[in-house]
Amino acid sequence: MGEYSGVAGKTADFSNDTLLKISKKAREYIIRMVYEAKSGHPGGSLSIIDILTYLYFNEMNIDPTDQNLADRDRLIMSKGHASPALYAILALRGFFPVELLMGFRKINSKLEGHVHRGVPGVETSTGSLGQGLGIGLGMALAAKLDSKSYRVFVILGDGEIEEGNIWETMMAASKYKTSNLIAVLDRNRVQLDDLTENVMPMGDISAKAASFGWDVMEFNGHDFRDIRRAFAFASQKREKPVFLIANTVKGKGVSYMENTSKYHGAPPANQEEFEKALKEIGAT
Amino acid sequence: MVSESLREKYGEKLVALGESHKEIVVLDADLSSSTRTGMFGKKFPERFFNMGISEQSMVTAAAGLALSGKKAFVSTFAVFLTRTYEQIRQSVCYNNIDVKFVVTHPGITVGEDGATHQIIEDTGIMCGLPNMKVIVPADTVEVSSLMDYLVDKTRTPYYVRLSREKFPVVNQPDYTFIEGKNTVLRDGADLTIFCNGSMVGHALNAAEELKQQAIDAAVINVSSMKPLDRENIIKYAKSTGHILTAEEHSIYNGLGSRVAEVVSEEYPVSVVRIGMRDTFGKSGKSWELFDYFHMGIKDIVDAGVKCFLEEDKYETVS
Repeated sequence: MGEYSGVAGKTADFSNDTLLKISKKAREYIIRMVYEAKSGHPGGSLSIIDILTYLYFNEMNIDPTDQNLADRDRLIMSKGHASPALYAILALRGFFPVELLMGFRKINSKLEGHVHRGVPGVETSTGSLGQGLGIGLGMALAAKLDSKSYRVFVILGDGEIEEGNIWETMMAASKYKTSNLIAVLDRNRVQLDDLTENVMPMGDISAKAASFGWDVMEFNGHDFRDIRRAFAFASQKREKPVFLIANTVKGKGVSYMENTSKYHGAPPANQEEFEKALKEIGAT
Repeated sequence: MVSESLREKYGEKLVALGESHKEIVVLDADLSSSTRTGMFGKKFPERFFNMGISEQSMVTAAAGLALSGKKAFVSTFAVFLTRTYEQIRQSVCYNNIDVKFVVTHPGITVGEDGATHQIIEDTGIMCGLPNMKVIVPADTVEVSSLMDYLVDKTRTPYYVRLSREKFPVVNQPDYTFIEGKNTVLRDGADLTIFCNGSMVGHALNAAEELKQQAIDAAVINVSSMKPLDRENIIKYAKSTGHILTAEEHSIYNGLGSRVAEVVSEEYPVSVVRIGMRDTFGKSGKSWELFDYFHMGIKDIVDAGVKCFLEEDKYETVS
């Protein structure tokens, strides 16, 4: 249990140092979960965890004691294999006890291998890539219909944007001017088989998103000062949907997992690797 | 029997229900003039989303709207919806949310547009999805009652298969759709024809002709393909001993398969299936295509006679 496990109420303004401590704890849980489950996706969880930490602790209007709050900000983990990251941060934020994390991928647990709506705080099930942005668009349209001010954050993997569903929705969101829709691309440059550049060259993603009619910004997805700057940009009054490109490192924080596809979908191979990961993260 | 357009009725009902149910939203993929959702779009433009020729985006956006408390009606041609099978599976059915897929232009009654547009495997695909319910209405009366039911009583995924063609009105004006219940349109003692959609009118005509040959055929509308009225099917398997199924769909994974599953588990009798036999359709007038693919009234009559006379072959009637 970390000292943040019981944080209730609406999101506060934590310092960068505090956020760093929280993300460190979340990284530890990610490693413990996949090692305990002997399966799972640590690489893409470690690349997105700093951004999730910022969103859930500093940015989003949410209340763990009232999960159905009508005006709550929504987050969709479209890259549903990063379930360890989302589950860890939801537990740390107080949506459910951190003790439940060790049930990840086990038969009697709600913590399905890929993100599952039955878990407290989860807005929609995901796992098959490319669908979350469309769901986010639907939620953003509903907010406008209901004159609600909530925002919808959608976390995309970079391999994920190879899916056609993404680009269909990029066009539609531009048509409907859903300025309350904020896509965050986890640009870690590695997908299951290989580097994204080798599997499917993506060209200038920033220019592509802009040409589809989105406001675009790039930032460092591991630097809380830069993350803060990106979401301040996203919060400005505007007409267009927002596409944030987070430059990240796959497996960030565990040297042997960084910048490789080997740990996209594999846990530490043995006790030695497990302990090395915890040590490098600085687990206590 | 007077014929009326099911999709026209769908459009009218959307407008009428949209008036009193502000939670209704409608999505289409550049076919709103054909599916008739355009009528809703004209009346309630702020709740109508023409997503362009982007079915994946349409289905996922519908899921997001439903997850935010809306009741989403999604329409396009049946054949194009199936390209989003996986979005339907994960984003709608797994979440078990209030999205209604109401499709038009399935089967060979699409006619001249030909095989690319004539989907004959869609109900099989949809019936396989957990949480999905599948309805194939027979006429405008049924569409009207079904729409009231879907809006007032349900919050889960449905697949509703309408048609391009007008269908004869076969139900009584006071008919009420009940999920999981078959409608006995004509009772009979010798043979039962289980049918739905366009084949209901054909089956009623065929039953008249069978009567001339002293074969008393029951005609039963199985609009609720999932859930299925097992009790009614077993009852008629027992009372008539001979079953014919007729559907504007592949005989694989369609109505015929579903009926055969029930009787083979509960009370085995012979089942003769009329439908598309593992083949694509083709261009032509729809009445020409029914004959071409051996799904016309005469084909039902012939199959009925054969099925009834070959009693000894099966020896299944106790």
